[in-house]
Amino acid sequence: MSQPDVLHQAFELGFTYTRSTGPVVGRFLTELKQRNIVGIKGSDGRVIVPPMEYDPDTAEELSEFVDVGQEGEIVSYAWVKEPREAHPFDKPFAWAMILLDGADVPMIHCVAADSEDAVSTGARVKAVWAEETIGFITDIRCFERV
Amino acid sequence: MSEQTTENTDVITGIEAPIYLKYNFTAGAAPARFLTQVKEGVLTGQRCPQCAQVYVPPRGSCAACGVPTEEEVVLSDKATVQSFTIVSIPIPGNSIEPPFVVANLVPDGANISFIHLMSECDNADVHIGQRVQGVWKPQEEWGYSMDNIRYFKPLDEPDVPVEKIGKIPVEGWEG
Ligand SMILES: [Zn+2]
Repeated sequence: MSQPDVLHQAFELGFTYTRSTGPVVGRFLTELKQRNIVGIKGSDGRVIVPPMEYDPDTAEELSEFVDVGQEGEIVSYAWVKEPREAHPFDKPFAWAMILLDGADVPMIHCVAADSEDAVSTGARVKAVWAEETIGFITDIRCFERV
Repeated sequence: MSEQTTENTDVITGIEAPIYLKYNFTAGAAPARFLTQVKEGVLTGQRCPQCAQVYVPPRGSCAACGVPTEEEVVLSDKATVQSFTIVSIPIPGNSIEPPFVVANLVPDGANISFIHLMSECDNADVHIGQRVQGVWKPQEEWGYSMDNIRYFKPLDEPDVPVEKIGKIPVEGWEG
Protein backbone atom coordinates (compact mmCIF):
# COMPACT_ATOMS: atom_id res chain seq x y z
CA MET A 1 0.00 0.00 0.00
CA SER A 2 1.56 3.27 -1.09
CA GLN A 3 1.61 6.22 1.30
CA PRO A 4 -0.70 9.03 0.20
CA ASP A 5 0.08 12.73 0.44
CA VAL A 6 -0.52 14.30 3.83
CA LEU A 7 -3.94 15.90 3.55
CA HIS A 8 -4.86 18.80 5.76
CA GLN A 9 -7.49 21.50 5.83
CA ALA A 10 -8.09 24.68 7.78
CA PHE A 11 -11.13 24.49 10.01
CA GLU A 12 -12.58 27.22 12.19
CA LEU A 13 -15.02 26.54 14.99
CA GLY A 14 -16.83 29.66 16.17
CA PHE A 15 -18.84 30.06 19.36
CA THR A 16 -20.64 33.33 18.64
CA TYR A 17 -21.68 34.13 22.18
CA THR A 18 -23.48 37.23 23.32
CA ARG A 19 -23.38 37.81 27.04
CA SER A 20 -25.71 39.72 29.34
CA THR A 21 -23.72 42.13 31.44
CA GLY A 22 -26.10 42.49 34.37
CA PRO A 23 -26.68 45.90 35.97
CA VAL A 24 -23.23 46.37 37.54
CA VAL A 25 -20.88 45.40 34.71
CA GLY A 26 -23.39 47.09 32.38
CA ARG A 27 -22.96 50.32 34.34
CA PHE A 28 -19.14 49.94 34.20
CA LEU A 29 -19.26 49.53 30.40
CA THR A 30 -21.78 52.35 29.99
CA GLU A 31 -19.40 54.63 31.92
CA LEU A 32 -16.47 53.50 29.76
CA LYS A 33 -18.45 54.56 26.71
CA GLN A 34 -18.47 58.04 28.29
CA ARG A 35 -14.73 57.80 29.00
CA ASN A 36 -15.21 57.42 32.72
CA ILE A 37 -14.05 54.58 34.97
CA VAL A 38 -16.17 53.47 37.92
CA GLY A 39 -15.64 51.02 40.74
CA ILE A 40 -17.96 49.88 43.49
CA LYS A 41 -17.62 50.15 47.25
CA GLY A 42 -17.42 46.88 49.16
CA SER A 43 -18.74 46.23 52.68
CA ASP A 44 -15.31 46.99 54.17
CA GLY A 45 -15.03 50.26 52.24
CA ARG A 46 -12.67 48.93 49.56
CA VAL A 47 -13.26 50.28 46.07
CA ILE A 48 -13.32 47.41 43.62
CA VAL A 49 -12.58 47.99 39.89
CA PRO A 50 -14.09 46.67 37.70
CA PRO A 51 -17.16 46.67 39.93
CA MET A 52 -18.59 43.40 41.25
CA GLU A 53 -22.27 42.65 41.78
CA TYR A 54 -21.76 40.99 45.15
CA ASP A 55 -19.41 41.64 48.04
CA PRO A 56 -16.48 39.21 47.93
CA ASP A 57 -16.56 38.78 51.74
CA THR A 58 -20.21 38.99 52.78
CA ALA A 59 -21.89 38.17 49.44
CA GLU A 60 -24.31 41.07 49.96
CA GLU A 61 -25.48 42.97 46.90
CA LEU A 62 -23.36 46.02 46.10
CA SER A 63 -24.65 49.25 44.59
CA GLU A 64 -22.47 52.19 45.63
CA PHE A 65 -20.62 53.20 42.47
CA VAL A 66 -17.50 55.35 42.85
CA ASP A 67 -15.61 57.24 40.16
CA VAL A 68 -11.93 56.35 40.10
CA GLY A 69 -8.98 58.03 38.40
CA GLN A 70 -7.78 57.47 34.85
CA GLU A 71 -4.23 57.23 36.13
CA GLY A 72 -2.70 54.64 38.37
CA GLU A 73 0.30 52.55 39.29
CA ILE A 74 1.60 49.28 37.88
CA VAL A 75 1.43 46.65 40.63
CA SER A 76 2.80 43.81 38.51
CA TYR A 77 3.19 43.04 34.84
CA ALA A 78 4.14 40.47 32.21
CA TRP A 79 6.00 41.57 29.07
CA VAL A 80 4.64 39.89 25.91
CA LYS A 81 7.56 39.49 23.49
CA GLU A 82 5.61 37.78 20.75
CA PRO A 83 1.99 38.98 20.58
CA ARG A 84 -0.57 36.51 19.31
CA GLU A 85 -3.40 37.16 16.89
CA ALA A 86 -6.00 37.86 19.57
CA HIS A 87 -3.76 40.29 21.47
CA PRO A 88 -4.48 44.05 21.45
CA PHE A 89 -1.13 44.90 19.79
CA ASP A 90 0.89 43.43 16.97
CA LYS A 91 4.11 44.62 18.64
CA PRO A 92 5.49 43.73 22.08
CA PHE A 93 3.49 45.11 25.03
CA ALA A 94 2.76 44.37 28.69
CA TRP A 95 -0.20 42.91 30.50
CA ALA A 96 -0.31 44.72 33.82
CA MET A 97 -2.21 44.84 37.08
CA ILE A 98 -2.93 48.56 37.48
CA LEU A 99 -4.08 50.15 40.74
CA LEU A 100 -6.09 53.16 39.60
CA ASP A 101 -6.13 56.25 41.81
CA GLY A 102 -9.01 55.89 44.24
CA ALA A 103 -9.25 52.11 43.80
CA ASP A 104 -8.15 49.49 46.31
CA VAL A 105 -8.03 46.54 43.91
CA PRO A 106 -5.84 46.46 40.77
CA MET A 107 -7.39 45.91 37.35
CA ILE A 108 -5.74 44.03 34.50
CA HIS A 109 -5.19 45.89 31.23
CA CYS A 110 -2.51 46.31 28.59
CA VAL A 111 0.35 48.79 28.69
CA ALA A 112 1.88 50.15 25.50
CA ALA A 113 5.61 50.72 25.72
CA ASP A 114 8.51 50.81 23.30
CA SER A 115 10.53 48.29 25.28
CA GLU A 116 10.40 46.11 28.35
CA ASP A 117 12.75 48.54 30.09
CA ALA A 118 10.03 51.19 29.94
CA VAL A 119 7.72 49.12 32.14
CA SER A 120 8.31 48.66 35.84
CA THR A 121 6.48 47.93 39.06
CA GLY A 122 5.43 51.21 40.65
CA ALA A 123 5.44 53.11 37.33
CA ARG A 124 2.64 55.64 36.84
CA VAL A 125 0.39 55.05 33.85
CA LYS A 126 -2.70 56.69 32.35
CA ALA A 127 -5.61 55.41 30.29
CA VAL A 128 -5.58 56.06 26.55
CA TRP A 129 -9.09 56.07 25.14
CA ALA A 130 -10.13 54.57 21.80
CA GLU A 131 -11.14 57.08 19.13
CA GLU A 132 -14.66 55.70 19.26
CA THR A 133 -16.04 54.26 22.48
CA ILE A 134 -18.76 51.60 22.29
CA GLY A 135 -19.19 50.33 25.84
CA PHE A 136 -16.56 47.61 25.90
CA ILE A 137 -13.34 47.06 27.86
CA THR A 138 -11.33 47.98 24.73
CA ASP A 139 -12.76 51.53 25.00
CA ILE A 140 -9.61 51.92 27.09
CA ARG A 141 -7.24 51.19 24.21
CA CYS A 142 -4.32 50.77 26.59
CA PHE A 143 -2.40 52.43 29.38
CA GLU A 144 0.86 54.26 28.83
CA ARG A 145 3.52 55.82 31.03
CA VAL A 146 2.62 59.24 32.43
CA MET B 1 -33.67 54.05 33.30
CA SER B 2 -31.08 55.05 30.75
CA GLU B 3 -32.04 58.72 31.02
CA GLN B 4 -31.60 58.60 34.81
CA THR B 5 -28.17 57.05 34.95
CA THR B 6 -26.48 58.42 31.87
CA GLU B 7 -26.70 61.15 29.31
CA ASN B 8 -26.52 60.84 25.55
CA THR B 9 -25.95 57.12 25.71
CA ASP B 10 -27.89 53.91 26.18
CA VAL B 11 -27.16 51.64 29.09
CA ILE B 12 -25.07 48.66 28.02
CA THR B 13 -26.92 45.43 28.78
CA GLY B 14 -25.04 42.94 26.62
CA ILE B 15 -21.77 42.40 24.80
CA GLU B 16 -20.63 40.23 21.96
CA ALA B 17 -18.03 37.76 23.15
CA PRO B 18 -17.32 35.31 20.36
CA ILE B 19 -14.64 32.65 20.59
CA TYR B 20 -13.06 31.34 17.39
CA LEU B 21 -10.97 28.18 17.47
CA LYS B 22 -8.76 27.78 14.43
CA TYR B 23 -7.72 24.26 13.58
CA ASN B 24 -5.52 22.75 10.93
CA PHE B 25 -7.15 19.36 10.56
CA THR B 26 -4.78 16.66 9.33
CA ALA B 27 -6.42 13.57 7.92
CA GLY B 28 -3.83 11.01 9.05
CA ALA B 29 -2.55 8.05 7.02
CA ALA B 30 -5.67 5.86 6.77
CA PRO B 31 -8.24 8.62 6.10
CA ALA B 32 -5.79 10.25 3.62
CA ARG B 33 -5.56 6.91 1.78
CA PHE B 34 -9.38 6.69 1.83
CA LEU B 35 -9.78 10.24 0.48
CA THR B 36 -7.17 9.61 -2.23
CA GLN B 37 -9.29 6.67 -3.42
CA VAL B 38 -12.53 8.65 -3.15
CA LYS B 39 -10.93 11.22 -5.46
CA GLU B 40 -10.74 8.37 -8.01
CA GLY B 41 -14.38 7.46 -7.45
CA VAL B 42 -13.72 4.39 -5.28
CA LEU B 43 -14.92 3.75 -1.72
CA THR B 44 -12.48 1.75 0.37
CA GLY B 45 -12.38 0.39 3.90
CA GLN B 46 -9.86 -1.45 6.02
CA ARG B 47 -10.29 -4.97 7.45
CA CYS B 48 -9.24 -5.82 10.99
CA PRO B 49 -6.74 -8.74 10.95
CA GLN B 50 -8.23 -10.06 14.19
CA CYS B 51 -12.05 -9.74 14.05
CA ALA B 52 -12.37 -9.24 10.24
CA GLN B 53 -14.68 -6.22 10.61
CA VAL B 54 -14.35 -3.75 7.73
CA TYR B 55 -14.20 -0.09 8.75
CA VAL B 56 -15.24 2.85 6.58
CA PRO B 57 -13.90 5.46 6.59
CA PRO B 58 -10.82 3.66 7.96
CA ARG B 59 -9.02 5.12 10.96
CA GLY B 60 -5.99 2.83 10.77
CA SER B 61 -6.92 0.65 13.72
CA CYS B 62 -9.69 -1.54 15.07
CA ALA B 63 -11.33 0.13 18.05
CA ALA B 64 -12.62 -3.24 19.33
CA CYS B 65 -9.34 -5.20 19.07
CA GLY B 66 -6.81 -2.40 19.47
CA VAL B 67 -4.74 -3.56 16.52
CA PRO B 68 -3.63 -1.73 13.36
CA THR B 69 -5.73 -2.28 10.22
CA GLU B 70 -3.76 -2.40 6.98
CA GLU B 71 -5.65 -4.57 4.52
CA GLU B 72 -7.50 -2.30 2.12
CA VAL B 73 -10.92 -3.46 0.92
CA VAL B 74 -12.81 -2.02 -2.05
CA LEU B 75 -16.46 -1.35 -1.20
CA SER B 76 -19.62 -0.86 -3.25
CA ASP B 77 -21.43 2.44 -3.55
CA LYS B 78 -24.60 0.48 -2.86
CA ALA B 79 -25.58 0.66 0.79
CA THR B 80 -28.25 -0.10 3.37
CA VAL B 81 -29.98 2.44 5.63
CA GLN B 82 -29.04 1.60 9.22
CA SER B 83 -30.70 4.67 10.73
CA PHE B 84 -31.73 8.13 9.58
CA THR B 85 -33.07 11.48 10.67
CA ILE B 86 -35.18 14.07 8.88
CA VAL B 87 -33.66 17.50 9.45
CA SER B 88 -36.39 20.13 9.60
CA ILE B 89 -34.48 23.05 11.13
CA PRO B 90 -31.85 24.97 9.15
CA ILE B 91 -28.30 24.47 10.43
CA PRO B 92 -26.13 27.63 10.55
CA GLY B 93 -23.49 27.49 7.82
CA ASN B 94 -25.22 24.62 6.01
CA SER B 95 -26.62 25.56 2.63
CA ILE B 96 -28.95 22.57 2.29
CA GLU B 97 -32.57 23.58 2.55
CA PRO B 98 -34.68 21.59 5.06
CA PRO B 99 -36.40 19.25 5.26
CA PHE B 100 -33.68 16.81 4.19
CA VAL B 101 -32.66 13.28 5.18
CA VAL B 102 -29.35 12.42 6.83
CA ALA B 103 -28.73 8.69 7.12
CA ASN B 104 -26.25 6.24 8.58
CA LEU B 105 -25.47 4.03 5.59
CA VAL B 106 -23.53 0.74 5.57
CA PRO B 107 -21.94 0.21 2.15
CA ASP B 108 -21.88 -3.34 0.81
CA GLY B 109 -18.64 -5.00 1.90
CA ALA B 110 -18.32 -2.96 5.13
CA ASN B 111 -19.57 -3.58 8.65
CA ILE B 112 -20.03 -0.04 9.93
CA SER B 113 -21.89 2.97 8.63
CA PHE B 114 -20.95 6.45 7.50
CA ILE B 115 -23.21 9.48 7.41
CA HIS B 116 -24.51 10.88 4.13
CA LEU B 117 -27.53 12.53 2.55
CA MET B 118 -30.50 10.85 0.90
CA SER B 119 -32.48 12.34 -1.96
CA GLU B 120 -34.64 11.44 -4.98
CA CYS B 121 -37.06 9.99 -2.44
CA ASP B 122 -40.13 10.94 -0.47
CA ASN B 123 -38.74 11.73 3.00
CA ALA B 124 -41.74 9.97 4.57
CA ASP B 125 -40.85 6.71 2.76
CA VAL B 126 -37.27 6.47 4.06
CA HIS B 127 -36.89 3.48 6.37
CA ILE B 128 -34.32 1.27 8.12
CA GLY B 129 -33.16 -1.58 5.87
CA GLN B 130 -33.83 0.41 2.69
CA ARG B 131 -31.40 -0.19 -0.18
CA VAL B 132 -29.71 2.89 -1.69
CA GLN B 133 -26.94 3.81 -4.12
CA GLY B 134 -24.59 6.79 -4.38
CA VAL B 135 -25.26 9.46 -7.02
CA TRP B 136 -21.86 10.84 -7.96
CA LYS B 137 -20.94 14.30 -9.19
CA PRO B 138 -19.40 14.55 -12.68
CA GLN B 139 -15.88 13.11 -12.56
CA GLU B 140 -14.19 16.46 -13.30
CA GLU B 141 -15.58 17.78 -10.00
CA TRP B 142 -14.14 14.97 -7.86
CA GLY B 143 -11.83 15.98 -5.01
CA TYR B 144 -10.62 14.62 -1.68
CA SER B 145 -14.15 14.59 -0.34
CA MET B 146 -17.17 12.42 0.36
CA ASP B 147 -19.08 15.24 -1.35
CA ASN B 148 -18.01 13.54 -4.61
CA ILE B 149 -21.18 11.59 -3.89
CA ARG B 150 -24.01 14.12 -4.00
CA TYR B 151 -26.42 11.89 -2.11
CA PHE B 152 -27.80 8.37 -2.04
CA LYS B 153 -31.03 7.47 -3.81
CA PRO B 154 -33.32 4.49 -3.23
CA LEU B 155 -32.73 1.26 -5.16
CA ASP B 156 -35.52 -1.04 -6.33
CA GLU B 157 -34.30 -3.91 -4.15
CA PRO B 158 -35.93 -5.77 -1.26
CA ASP B 159 -35.30 -4.38 2.26
CA VAL B 160 -32.52 -5.86 4.34
CA PRO B 161 -33.79 -7.34 7.63
CA VAL B 162 -32.37 -5.57 10.68
CA GLU B 163 -30.20 -8.53 11.74
CA LYS B 164 -28.48 -8.56 8.32
CA ILE B 165 -27.72 -4.82 8.15
CA GLY B 166 -23.95 -4.38 8.23
CA LYS B 167 -23.33 -7.95 6.99
CA ILE B 168 -23.93 -7.58 3.25
CA PRO B 169 -20.98 -8.69 1.06
CA VAL B 170 -19.49 -6.38 -1.54
CA GLU B 171 -21.23 -8.42 -4.27
CA GLY B 172 -24.57 -7.01 -3.08
CA TRP B 173 -27.94 -8.09 -1.73
CA GLU B 174 -30.24 -10.48 -3.56
CA GLY B 175 -33.02 -10.40 -0.97
ZN1 LIG C 1 -10.95 -6.01 15.23
